[in-house]
Amino acid sequence: MTRVRPLHLAAEIAPPPAGPAPGSAGTGPRTVAGTVALARLAEDAGLDFLTHDDSFARPGLDALAVLARIAPETRAIGLVPTVTTTHTEPFHVQAAVATLDWVSRGRAGWRVAVSPGADEARLFGRRPAPPAAELWQEASEAAEVARLLWDSWEDDAEIRDVATGRFVDRRKLHHVGFEGATFSVKGPSIVPRPPQGNPVVVVDATRPAARETAARHADVALIRASSPEEAAALRAELHRAARAHGRDPGLLRVLLTLTADLDARPGGPAALAGLVADWHGGGAVDGLHFVPAVPERDLPRFAAGVAGPLRDRGLFRTAHEGATLRDHLGLPRPVSQYAPKGADA
Amino acid sequence: MTPPRPARKQIHLAAHFPGVNSTTVWADPRSGSQIDFSSFEHLARTAERGLFDFFFLAEGLRLREHAGRIHDLDVVGRPESITVLNALAAVTDRLGLAATVSATFNEPYELARRLASLDHLSGGRAAWNVVTSSDAFTGENFRRGGFLDRNDRYTRAAEFVATARELWDSWPEGGERRRFAHHGQHFAIEGEVTVERPPQGHPVVIQAGDSDEGREFAASAADVIFSRHSTPEAGRAFHADVKRRLGRYGRRPEELKIMPAVTYVLGETEAEAREKAALISRQQVSPQNALLALEQVWGRDLSSYDPDGPLPDVDPEPDSTLVQGRVRVADPLAVAARWRALSEAKGLSIRETVVEATARHSFVGTPASVAAALEEHVATDAADGFILVPHLTPGGLDDFVDLVVPLLQERGVFRTEYTGTTLRSHLGLPAPVWKGGTP
Repeated sequence: MTRVRPLHLAAEIAPPPAGPAPGSAGTGPRTVAGTVALARLAEDAGLDFLTHDDSFARPGLDALAVLARIAPETRAIGLVPTVTTTHTEPFHVQAAVATLDWVSRGRAGWRVAVSPGADEARLFGRRPAPPAAELWQEASEAAEVARLLWDSWEDDAEIRDVATGRFVDRRKLHHVGFEGATFSVKGPSIVPRPPQGNPVVVVDATRPAARETAARHADVALIRASSPEEAAALRAELHRAARAHGRDPGLLRVLLTLTADLDARPGGPAALAGLVADWHGGGAVDGLHFVPAVPERDLPRFAAGVAGPLRDRGLFRTAHEGATLRDHLGLPRPVSQYAPKGADA
Repeated sequence: MTPPRPARKQIHLAAHFPGVNSTTVWADPRSGSQIDFSSFEHLARTAERGLFDFFFLAEGLRLREHAGRIHDLDVVGRPESITVLNALAAVTDRLGLAATVSATFNEPYELARRLASLDHLSGGRAAWNVVTSSDAFTGENFRRGGFLDRNDRYTRAAEFVATARELWDSWPEGGERRRFAHHGQHFAIEGEVTVERPPQGHPVVIQAGDSDEGREFAASAADVIFSRHSTPEAGRAFHADVKRRLGRYGRRPEELKIMPAVTYVLGETEAEAREKAALISRQQVSPQNALLALEQVWGRDLSSYDPDGPLPDVDPEPDSTLVQGRVRVADPLAVAARWRALSEAKGLSIRETVVEATARHSFVGTPASVAAALEEHVATDAADGFILVPHLTPGGLDDFVDLVVPLLQERGVFRTEYTGTTLRSHLGLPAPVWKGGTP
């Protein structure tokens, strides 16, 4: 039996770091209402999720804060902020992402990123930025401890047992006792297990230094490629590496990240829709992560000119069928690593 | 209706989301989720319906442990505060949004940016309750690990707040951002901020310490004090002491609001309110919680004692490490002596003693008598307002907003509408002085 592999579409909504292009639509600073309008547009177009890029050097508001702010004003679309791991506390990061999952009722993701710059290191003054390989090693550990902490409360830990006076069953709360190269965390988390069990982990695997982290921890890996062959090879490499870590490669979605200025290309949206259909149909990628040059201008064109035609051809969903980001991505809700074996039966 | 009396000192009100301690009653059919967003939304909307100044979230960075095991008798588990407040900014319009965040286990650049983001995303409604942590137990969840001694906690917190203000001042609204450089005892940082000056200039700063260092820190740097003095005498002494300290920093008394955390119980009659209060106290102090409260003072395993029997004859163990992750009882021998005296004088069991000693409600009565008592407290400078701590999630403030707020308004001591859009305007606080040089 052949199963049609669903197509996944995502888009970046952060204002471009350099600010809007002169004379372009949507000039001036982004308002909250403007962000909500963009998110709703993407949601109505059926997109799986939005990313919001961030770094400590990039002008703009904290990405996780922006997506938490718009969570109550959206209902279905996944919300994936970039949160860096170099100068932050892994315990705080996992708690904030888990909380985004609670306030969005199961729509949170986390794009794991590092802070390579010396300028960012000076904003914290704790240590110089290590080389890229070490940064990603630390990012892997941050992702690993996040999963441990999200799992540190089993789903049924809260019992409210009046007879014994116990609110929780402490046997279902776990110290994680994680010892990494640059940090350690005792646990458990302060936040009960989030609605998705584990929010969706996204890793931009463009740089080779990040691929190991993607293979080990990502639910969604983002790649860049200039041909379907190159994309297919990267996807196969990530699948092989995931399998080597004992993971089921069928649970790793690989999306092509493509920065596009839909204004500059006559017939641009139609060409992009054709490219997505071809690459996805040929098995090179599981979908597209669209980075608009000017979100206010290009996202509406993407919704109407790319997502719309793909939907009309029966390649993309007509509506969100599930409630959580994992539902959209076809990823099961994971059982806690601490749950007794066979508890999911 | 009473004619307006504009000269009356106005009351400020805040709503405390029920905490992870025995004040919060979970064994009640009306008790809802402590973690679902709908609970936060309900309480925040209630507070805004009541025209409260702000909504307040406490912080926990490690689950409490008792005798080496995770404490299981109280509500436990909460979200990360700033993230919840950003979401609440979407479902409220005027309500201030206050997050408790440790100055020990965070760094100024990141936290200043997160607070500035909340202030932008809420249109000028952010507040930061600055707390310090000293225990190595909590440090086990963080990079810096370890702990700071008491003095270093406050010098770090003071430098942290001062640094955050420098950062908030370094990109003037509508101007060019400029480089900052801070080189102090605790932080050596430099660069450019990436968020424009917050709408309030600086988010409102709240401080909760009660020690001498804490009071001095508040007088120098805070806009609001979250105090614990709910009796009129203690409140007036605290109020006078802290306001006296303000002059040293060139500040006027009205620039620092003192808001004690208080509980309340309402009834149709005084007698009914007292009965309800007694019932709530027994819900708060279950037999298991009574023994636990005793162990927290005694520092010993007392699990073999009968909660309905007499207090133990043995003395407390002053250097016990039985309790982790919560404030240690400062002088266990003195507390034990007080509890014994109470028990002997009134013939109380362990549980009754704990109820009497710990589960007191600040205001018990009819809506009219509670409104009168609140006004009296504020009029006599025992407080400038109150942080109300309900015992039920999420409906614990419904009756206060429906029954007491209208009476405070009739008395002319509480707003009948929001007149400003920012938390600073609700609290009547001046705009922070620009210290970033010529904008």
